[in-house]
Amino acid sequence: MKVLVAVKRVVDYNVKVRPNGDGSDVEIANAKMSMNPFDEIAVEEAVRMKEAGTATEAVAISLGEAACQDVVRTALAMGMDRGVLVETDERLEPLTVAKLLAAIVKREQFDLVILGKQAIDDDSNQTGQMLAALLGWPQGTFASHVAVDDDRVQVTRETDTGSQTLSFQLPGVVTSDLRLNEPRYVKLPNIMKAKKKPLEKITPMELDVDISTHLAIIAVAEPTQRSGGIKVADAKELVEKLRNEARVI
Amino acid sequence: MQRESMEYDVVIVGGGPAGLAAAIRLRQLAIAQKKELSVCVLEKGSEIGAHILSGAVIDPCSLDELIPDWREQDAPLTIEVTHDQVYFLRNKEKAWQIPTQFVPASMHNQGNYITSLGNLCRWLSERAESLEVEIFPGFAAAEILYGEQAEVAGVITGDMGMAEDGSKKPSFEPGMELRAKYTLFAEGARGHLGKQLIARFQLDAGVGAQHYGLGLKELWDCDPQKHQQGLVIHGSGWPLSESGSGGGFFLYHLENNQISVGLIVDLNYQNPHVNPFEEFQRLKQHPLFKDYLTGGRRVAYGARVINKGGFHALPTMHMPGALLIGCDAGTLNYAKIKGTHTAMKSGMLAAETVFDTLSKDEQGGKDLQAYAERFKTSWLCDELYRSRNFGSALKKWGLYLGGAYNYLDQTLFGGKFPLDLQDDSEDRETLKEAADCKQINYPKPDGIISFDRLSSVYLSNTSHEENQPCHLRLQDRELPLAINLGHYDAPEQRYCPAGVYEIIEQGEGPRLQINAQNCIHCKTCDIKDPNGNITWVTPEGGGGPNYPNM
Ligand SMILES: Cc1cc2nc3c(=O)[nH]c(=O)nc-3n(C[C@H](O)[C@H](O)[C@H](O)COP(=O)(O)OP(=O)(O)OC[C@H]3O[C@@H](n4cnc5c(N)ncnc54)[C@H](O)[C@@H]3O)c2cc1C
Ligand SMILES: Cc1cc2nc3c(=O)[nH]c(=O)nc-3n(C[C@H](O)[C@H](O)[C@H](O)COP(=O)(O)OP(=O)(O)OC[C@H]3O[C@@H](n4cnc5c(N)ncnc54)[C@H](O)[C@@H]3O)c2cc1C
Ligand code: SF4
Repeated sequence: MKVLVAVKRVVDYNVKVRPNGDGSDVEIANAKMSMNPFDEIAVEEAVRMKEAGTATEAVAISLGEAACQDVVRTALAMGMDRGVLVETDERLEPLTVAKLLAAIVKREQFDLVILGKQAIDDDSNQTGQMLAALLGWPQGTFASHVAVDDDRVQVTRETDTGSQTLSFQLPGVVTSDLRLNEPRYVKLPNIMKAKKKPLEKITPMELDVDISTHLAIIAVAEPTQRSGGIKVADAKELVEKLRNEARVI
Repeated sequence: MQRESMEYDVVIVGGGPAGLAAAIRLRQLAIAQKKELSVCVLEKGSEIGAHILSGAVIDPCSLDELIPDWREQDAPLTIEVTHDQVYFLRNKEKAWQIPTQFVPASMHNQGNYITSLGNLCRWLSERAESLEVEIFPGFAAAEILYGEQAEVAGVITGDMGMAEDGSKKPSFEPGMELRAKYTLFAEGARGHLGKQLIARFQLDAGVGAQHYGLGLKELWDCDPQKHQQGLVIHGSGWPLSESGSGGGFFLYHLENNQISVGLIVDLNYQNPHVNPFEEFQRLKQHPLFKDYLTGGRRVAYGARVINKGGFHALPTMHMPGALLIGCDAGTLNYAKIKGTHTAMKSGMLAAETVFDTLSKDEQGGKDLQAYAERFKTSWLCDELYRSRNFGSALKKWGLYLGGAYNYLDQTLFGGKFPLDLQDDSEDRETLKEAADCKQINYPKPDGIISFDRLSSVYLSNTSHEENQPCHLRLQDRELPLAINLGHYDAPEQRYCPAGVYEIIEQGEGPRLQINAQNCIHCKTCDIKDPNGNITWVTPEGGGGPNYPNM
């Protein structure tokens, strides 16, 4: 089984972001960037599949500017076999990413694609689903457990009402949720080995994919400031406030 | 414990200006002389620059020597100082500007650049990597490795995945041995391994005590109307003068309408009620600051200690198998409040010494006495030596300008201190009994110019894995209450710029709570605890602040 994992370079989750000067986007100048945490979980899952012998090859792919190599290298240091960078300076939206991934999947005949359930920068939660649709493959999203058995995959999904387990025939798409696994620490010697692993660079043009955008960002603004909390004397007052001031009950 | 091991010719601990300059110089020499030489840099921050906090007005002289064509290489030094102002704040409203002709030459900044030291380090690390230096951010050097002759033989990186109770989590990865022929310690001010080396090899025998200041800093996006790119302001006086404490402030106008503003509080303050964070917050309410900041927005906060001891406190910097460089040794020029060019130069001298020694003798582990020679004949030693007399020059000026200027002399400029060899008391010994000192009522933050500590720490992007052993070690668990609380009203509650230490009043009485995950690695507690009872050790690699362009 050949596994492809998509890894996105995003503003690190510890960084407090703010809108840029003209409110057209988030200010990312000088902000620390790192791999989307859900993608780290996806990488971990693929590496475990390799270690368990269920995956024969695990490939990490990132799409975006040249600096996205960094997150591919991190994935390689975690244990992926090789990397691909689809390089472009254009802003990529989920549908375009899904189209580019579909092109790579077709070119290389992957059996399983693992993505994060969403990226913590735009929180779209779309790429995995769109990719499955474009390929006509089954999908198991929000995965908290994945078991591969020959050519079938069993996925436990986190839903609002509890967990749901489903199974499908490969090839397919899985998106990872927070509880799927705990990513490993990267070891120093593996960082060095990662530098020598192959990393292919390719452009959207070479994949014959149109990357023109369909979405425009109109404005980026800060969430409204929360007002400070208050202390209530008893349950009665709480109910009264919830009903008449907050108007939530 | 069985540990994996890797070998390098040179291991460098710390990816600040000292460590990176040393790494670059080593590889430049190796390439020029076609020699094999493996160099790696360990950095505890999650990336290079994540733990770097500085002013910074930088003298480019060392960069000129290291990378002469830096101007063509997109180095982040683009804003030259255009205006230089020095003030003495008389009180919370009044300020005297010191006329230029009375500002000593070393305080002049023509030819210097205003920049972010974090960004300069990021740029230096790219240069280093292009010269095949291995850089490992997210890995702290936790322990020193010693060889058979008791020489320094490398370091051990911190264990990852250890739980708070000392048990191993499923993700546990033991630290690795990084063995080296020579190890350069470049941890910056109050390095936690440097401190061990100084004690073990008695490197500070016969030199004056090291002194420190705590530097607090904020970065502001300011109103473009008020921004004067290239303007630098220094000074002293209020508010520290109220408690008789020493220190000085800075305000630099960087690029992109940003302002870097900060206060350095000398850690030999005596009144335990002093709260450096609050002093900084009220400083910003002075019209000199408020006028620039109003209409702007604070975007980053952090703090870090700075060495003040200068030439007289410089320890021996060589020992078998290792060198101490940069602020880990204390090469900062306090007369100029600049330590970047000196740290870089000390790293370059170290690189040249190590390279020379290895060319003659491949073995490693020797005591690099040649470093002392190289240092003595360099401009670095000359500069630090000359600034040793800075105090007396200032005194002379003080005669002309009277008491106020004398005050400046003693606070911002380190004044007569460099000559005052008698001042051998450690910063932790200076506190007076709380009951004998005046309480200080700090104003409430207005949320516009001044802020509280927690919302400030939030802007340092600090994070630590929560389930890990506490990296702030107490030798004696009784002292915080018996001595600190009893005599000094628990000063750690106030001097910690991240609010890590809290006295919690509960049923059975007060107890000290340590919120280690908020620690921004400034090292103040390791210095100022009255009993020397707190030891800062490296937390899990990658933990700590994630500073942007600080
Ligand atoms: C990679 C990643 C993925 C994430 N994905 C999701 C996701 O899919 N869905 C989601 O909902 N969130 C997500 N988050 C957000 C994360 O899970 C939040 O930290 C969490 O939802 C907050 O829970 P908490 O209130 O227990 O957290 P805390 O951080 O403990 O608390 C948050 C707030 O509660 C207050 N608070 C904490 N303790 C107390 C107390 N004892 N008394 C009073 N106030 C208190 C704090 O002051 C703070 O304002 C994600 C975060 C990361 C890094
Ligand atoms: C508020 C303030 C303002 C300043 N203003 C100026 C100025 O305007 N101009 C100027 O020239 N200088 C200024 N300085 C001084 C200057 O910042 C320092 O002199 C300089 O940073 C010292 O460089 P260094 O490489 O020795 O140490 P640092 O810059 O402190 O770098 C040390 C690095 O080592 C890492 N490290 C430490 N311990 C370990 C470990 N055990 N394992 C792995 N990594 C480790 C740290 O994370 C850090 O990245 C200022 C300092 C402060 C605090
Ligand atoms: S705990 Fe110590 S090192 Fe950490 S921020 Fe507070 S004073 Fe600084």
